[in-house]
Amino acid sequence: MNLRRTAAMSRKEFIQILRDPRSLVIAVFLPLIQILMLGYGARLDANHIPVYVFDQEGSQDSQALLKAFQASPYFDVVTTVNNYRALVRAIDSDQAKLGIVIPWNFSQRLDDAGRTSVQALLDGTDDNSAQLAEGYAQAVVQTYAGNMQLDWFARYGLAQQAASPLSVDYRTWFNEDLESKNFIIPGTVALVMALMGALLSSLTIAREWERGTMEQLIATPVTAMEIMVGKLGPYLVIGLADAALCAMFSVGWFGVPFRGGLGAFFITTTLFLIVILGIGYMISVATRNQLGASQYALLVTMLPTAMLSGFAFPIDQMPAPIRAITYVVYSRYYVSALKRIFLSSAGLGDLVPEIVAMSIYAVVIGVFATRAFRKSLQ
Amino acid sequence: MNRAPSIVVDKLLKRFGAFIAVNQVSFQVHAGEIFGLLGPNGSGKSTTIRMLCGLLTPTSGSATVVGFDVAHQAEETRQHIGYMSQKFSLYDDLTAIENLQFFGGLYGVKGRLLDERIAWAMKMSGLAGSEQLLTGELSGGWKQRLALGCAVLHRPQVLFLDEPTAGVDPLSRRQFWELIHQMSREGVTILVTTHYMDEAEYCNRLALIDAGQIVAMGAPSEIKQTAIRGDLLLIECSPLGGGLAAVKQAPGVIDASVFGAALHVVVSAGRQPVTELPAFLAAHDVRVGRIEPISPSLEDAFVSLTGGRALGADSSR
Repeated sequence: MNLRRTAAMSRKEFIQILRDPRSLVIAVFLPLIQILMLGYGARLDANHIPVYVFDQEGSQDSQALLKAFQASPYFDVVTTVNNYRALVRAIDSDQAKLGIVIPWNFSQRLDDAGRTSVQALLDGTDDNSAQLAEGYAQAVVQTYAGNMQLDWFARYGLAQQAASPLSVDYRTWFNEDLESKNFIIPGTVALVMALMGALLSSLTIAREWERGTMEQLIATPVTAMEIMVGKLGPYLVIGLADAALCAMFSVGWFGVPFRGGLGAFFITTTLFLIVILGIGYMISVATRNQLGASQYALLVTMLPTAMLSGFAFPIDQMPAPIRAITYVVYSRYYVSALKRIFLSSAGLGDLVPEIVAMSIYAVVIGVFATRAFRKSLQ
Repeated sequence: MNRAPSIVVDKLLKRFGAFIAVNQVSFQVHAGEIFGLLGPNGSGKSTTIRMLCGLLTPTSGSATVVGFDVAHQAEETRQHIGYMSQKFSLYDDLTAIENLQFFGGLYGVKGRLLDERIAWAMKMSGLAGSEQLLTGELSGGWKQRLALGCAVLHRPQVLFLDEPTAGVDPLSRRQFWELIHQMSREGVTILVTTHYMDEAEYCNRLALIDAGQIVAMGAPSEIKQTAIRGDLLLIECSPLGGGLAAVKQAPGVIDASVFGAALHVVVSAGRQPVTELPAFLAAHDVRVGRIEPISPSLEDAFVSLTGGRALGADSSR
């Protein structure tokens, strides 16, 4: 490989990127837009769940329970209705995600039997939100019940027994607040790299064919290897710059922690970009058509990265056959590395399995890519 | 001048599926010679030139360019040749200088030499002073001279030009051919394809190519003399179609075809058709305006050699 020719190729490619508004948008604005959209949009936690209440009793006890709901940041008690049908209508018309029915004998049963119950109606169209709402509602009710028990003990002078004999103190590591943005945003870096890398690299060879510049290019002594390295080099540099930009945005704007090593971050990103750029390049060679190439490239890079990498949908929760497939999805190793670099303080040594897997992909794709393009008009 | 052949083509054949684009073509081009491939579109000119530049692999036969086998030593060949493809194929979104720098880099021209060659190319193409214009903003003649500049930046021994003046105004074409002649004087071997007669006249030697085969080869004057077996007459008459049909029946007429608004008629040498033909045509209700002997052009030669097909026609059948 002749460095002078490779450098001439890279320089030309850089100039073309700078003069092509479309490439510039893909390289600079798309990553920002994507990380903003996903940072704000792709949240899995539920806040301010709208709640309708049908309080059949209206006693001091039932009002106390409703206050507990009102005090929770997860719920907004929108309104109180006075019949069951109105409650059902509110859920049907999507005004309420949770309906709470307090029975007419709520406090009476509490006094008589020492135990009572309330009904919760959940909108299950979004099962994730419904499950979260159920969990939060149970927590509210349990806290309320616990407080009541303490009151009762206190009233009857049983203060010593007020504390439970055994309790669990939870402490979550790596994502202390269990915020889904901390779980999702590191993975979006992979999505940005896949989108940007695949789109740009899929245009490289196809553009030369479409604009008719390929014939002149392959009549020069430049080799296929120099064309590939010279063309993809600038995109690797742009990709790394975009990754750094995304990381800064994640930390500075969204407050996601970044606890791992920068070396680990850039090495895994480089390996991932080599795979993505190699795939885009091969598609570009095969299609010779910019539009077709960019669509194929998105299909084979973005789609698996979004669905099967564990970016938003945890791999552990997938059915076994799908889980097996994810092992061949190269992005899973990068997403896994990213999450650990951002959230736990993973350095290179902690990421050996991921780095080995990604290196194998980079080498295999690299070998195929160097053989993909032949300097011939046929 | 070194008269060793720089290009040797031996029974070169290119098949695309069932179609034979180039059929057993053989010729040699000497160093410093301007050699033309003249033929209609689809006759195999571009395919031949692409095989010689290593862009297409020959189906059979062989060719060497400055001693390198084009099929097996394509990369070595490319270092010594310049190629200008049929379609303009520089980068429109680069400036003239950037295009020159790019191709200079690919050909390994560096340092002071590169600066000198770029300055020469800018002056040659008339672009000095327009360094910052994007190539896409240049007019046809400028683009074409810039493309030539990019193709010869590394001072190749052999230059391949595929229809170099297509879509370029006449003044630019003349300037372009002056540059080609200058390079030829400096010892560069030039192989050029064209379907323009006037351009073919600029070549030292020509091969007339039709349907993938060479039908005649030699200096333009030789080809014109040998291709026409007789004397050539120009006849203006009306109706033209009726005249053509009638004149073919006339005694002593070997061949006749329509050229523009008149007929070109080949008659046996030594006869006196100028006096006989008007009467013959009048008898067939054809009114003759003008009749005079003319010297044959390459077009006449081509039509005569291909049995009536004109250069403007598509010979791909």
